[in-house]
Amino acid sequence: MAETATPIDKRPLVLLTPAFIAITALVVIPMSFILVYSFYENIDLAVDRVAFQFGNWEMLLSDNYYHSAIWKTLRISVVVTVLAAVLGYLPAYFIAMTTFRHKWLLLLLLILPFWVSFIIRTLSWIHILGNQGALNGLFQWLGLSDEPLRMMFNEFSVMVGLIHVFLPYMILNIYVSLEGIDRNLEPAARTLGATPWQAFREVTLPLSLPGLAAGSLLVFVLTGGSYVTPLILGGPSDFLFGNLIYDAVVTELNWPMGATLSFTLLVLLGSVVILYSRFMGLNQLSKAFG
Amino acid sequence: MSAWAFIRFYTILVYTFMFAPIAVVLVLAFNNSQFGGFPIDGLSLRWFHALFENEAIMRAFRTSFILGLMTALVATTIGILAALALVRYQFRGKDWVTTFLISPVLVPETVLAVGLLIFLRWLHMPRSFTLLLLGHSIIALPFVVLVVQARLVGIRREYEEAARSLGASPVQTFFSVTFPLLLPAIFAGALFAFTISFDNITATIFWRPSGMETVPTQIFGMLRHSVSPEINALGFVMICITVGVPLLAGGLARYFSRRKI
Repeated sequence: MAETATPIDKRPLVLLTPAFIAITALVVIPMSFILVYSFYENIDLAVDRVAFQFGNWEMLLSDNYYHSAIWKTLRISVVVTVLAAVLGYLPAYFIAMTTFRHKWLLLLLLILPFWVSFIIRTLSWIHILGNQGALNGLFQWLGLSDEPLRMMFNEFSVMVGLIHVFLPYMILNIYVSLEGIDRNLEPAARTLGATPWQAFREVTLPLSLPGLAAGSLLVFVLTGGSYVTPLILGGPSDFLFGNLIYDAVVTELNWPMGATLSFTLLVLLGSVVILYSRFMGLNQLSKAFG
Repeated sequence: MSAWAFIRFYTILVYTFMFAPIAVVLVLAFNNSQFGGFPIDGLSLRWFHALFENEAIMRAFRTSFILGLMTALVATTIGILAALALVRYQFRGKDWVTTFLISPVLVPETVLAVGLLIFLRWLHMPRSFTLLLLGHSIIALPFVVLVVQARLVGIRREYEEAARSLGASPVQTFFSVTFPLLLPAIFAGALFAFTISFDNITATIFWRPSGMETVPTQIFGMLRHSVSPEINALGFVMICITVGVPLLAGGLARYFSRRKI
């Protein structure tokens, strides 16, 4: 007991040092560095010059190509988040409230997608929506259509892929906050004369909002930062802001522009995270791991 | 239809949405057809044969496996220490420390990847296996901290205090009491880190040196043409590994913990 009473305990500091050094060197400094690098000048493929000029930023601010990409990313992120919430709330509610004996199985199935490779889950949609996919096979077998319906390589398939991959985050977060609600509250509301729907709307729904918000934040930020899903499931015009970064860095080898775009995405999505943490705090996010 | 029946039906539909595509990959892996999609011509294992004879895929497997193991080692070591500090000690500014520790998750992975790539290039460290290892470790670190922290909360300090009061030295206490109690947490963290590394593609595409492929980037490259039946077979194998290993580990852990009681 005497140990814990000493005013300054150095042990936690020692334990935290490796993590602090790693995050500072590999996250904090590089994130600051891309801001510096965004003022560099690109001369040729993979060749750039140390400079302090605003060419990259001017291009970003003046070129409509970048503006439309930002809007498109925002729009797709909002749609994916809303659809994930709509698809995810009821299953989360079901798992939290069910008296089903094998509830653990439902929970296990919820975590299972996290263990299945992201790229496999993404490409699997080609088998569902593609010209040789399951749906087109079904339609033809039923005689609904002679020619395969084109459902792949458009914005729709990109959104389906994104929702599919990020939905478990949404359900898990909603489930965690529903699970934490006192089971006596809804019956209490009922005895006081509320209809089942009223009891849900005025008691359970508000209490589950932290989970819904946490899930939405994750889905929004993860979607906003994606670029692999559009590459696999989208057509040439279905790009997100992340694809511009990919093009700048990997294809055009224009690193200063890549840094400029990266910093922009960091600020855009970072402000959403900060806004969220002002209202909700970041604790809710870690609850899903409990 | 009552409201509850509707909710149940809706849940079944959403679960179908989540698992049907995965099931389709698992089934198509056995399709005898030349092409990766439907219809199913007949069952065969030929694409698994083709897979194991494909040198590029096997090389990617080895790379991913070694990278995953090393990531697990690095991220778990750093993560356990940090989680111990968070769970065992009270200190000022703990909320800030926690936020800082999970900050790598809050940065979009694409941005993290480009930032680290450009920074290390500026330090004259081009794309390399080391960059992949460092990068994967930092991506896995927050998850390891959260997972391990959640497990550590359950370990009571009284056990250690009892060992000390019975005359064990601090080192003895650590190795004979603390460490065995920590093992499940260490294992859970390491498994998580391995999976994160093994599955990563978003950042890996930026960090891998030319000529080096991990399994996901290899699949990504193969997709450029079309979904070949080999990819389905590869998907089957990957799902068996990444789902089977944790399930088996969890099942074994449960089995042994029951036997002890």
